[in-house]
Amino acid sequence: MTCTEFLAKLDDLIDGSVAAKLRAELEQHLKTCSHCEVVYNTTRKTIQIYRSNELYELPSSLRDRLHSAIMARCKKGCGCS
Amino acid sequence: MTTIQSLEGEIEIHPDVALVERVRGGDISAYDTLVRKYERQIFRIAQHITQNREDAEDVMQDAFLKAYEKLEQFQGNSKFYTWLVRITVNESLMRLRKRRTGKMVSIDEDLETDEGSVPRDIADWAPDPEQNYTQSELGQILEKTIKGLPPGFRVVFELRDVQGLSTEDTAEALGLSIPAVKSRLLRARLQLRERLSRYFKQKDFKQKKSASETGRRKSSKAGTVTEA
Repeated sequence: MTCTEFLAKLDDLIDGSVAAKLRAELEQHLKTCSHCEVVYNTTRKTIQIYRSNELYELPSSLRDRLHSAIMARCKKGCGCS
Repeated sequence: MTTIQSLEGEIEIHPDVALVERVRGGDISAYDTLVRKYERQIFRIAQHITQNREDAEDVMQDAFLKAYEKLEQFQGNSKFYTWLVRITVNESLMRLRKRRTGKMVSIDEDLETDEGSVPRDIADWAPDPEQNYTQSELGQILEKTIKGLPPGFRVVFELRDVQGLSTEDTAEALGLSIPAVKSRLLRARLQLRERLSRYFKQKDFKQKKSASETGRRKSSKAGTVTEA
């Protein structure tokens, strides 16, 4: 397996959506290619860091204010009922 | 799908669809529940696309109001959240268009770049590199890094990797094909990885650590030990 072929399947490997045979081939490539191993590990780490440090968190006071504004506008009426 | 096949073979209604039905029956408290459930995610999507706090607040309000007004048009064969995301994306793009004085803006723009599609920086990262920054510094790095990506990459990454939507739901929410979502996700992941490497790679930490240790030794000699 070449690095290009590995890269084409990187997402599927990260997402756990590869068949056992292909997974074994990809893992075998990782054992022999330190570059792809770094790319694989740091890409997984990238996802994990973004997942555990959510951006654009709304402070609860602002969330409450926006929530009240939305509900107040909805209560004025809509075309659904 | 809005129904869940139980083990006994009975068809269960998705909790969101049950709430939508209650709203259609005039129970506004059910809509309150839906807003509370999704407002944080909707705000983040709006912020990712508009890159403007005030616009994101307006988009969030408008998206929920529009969804409420159009609730009769919601088809039971699509998920409520996917439908809501689609409204949010459209509202966000309209807001961007206004800012850019009518220039066409789409989720497909700025996709010409090949940046990151072939990894260049292959230095390994320090173990737990995020621990070397304060929460505030890390937040700034992550925000600055993702801002450099095209909007179509940012929103695919947010939906798939941060919010955990399936490829199919992401495609439906964004009006993209499944191959298009997959292609954007791979390039978004690789570009983010490449850009984060500038901050997290091991070499930099060795230098940083070495500099801070030198600093500590100097401070120690002066009688004041300060932690880096």
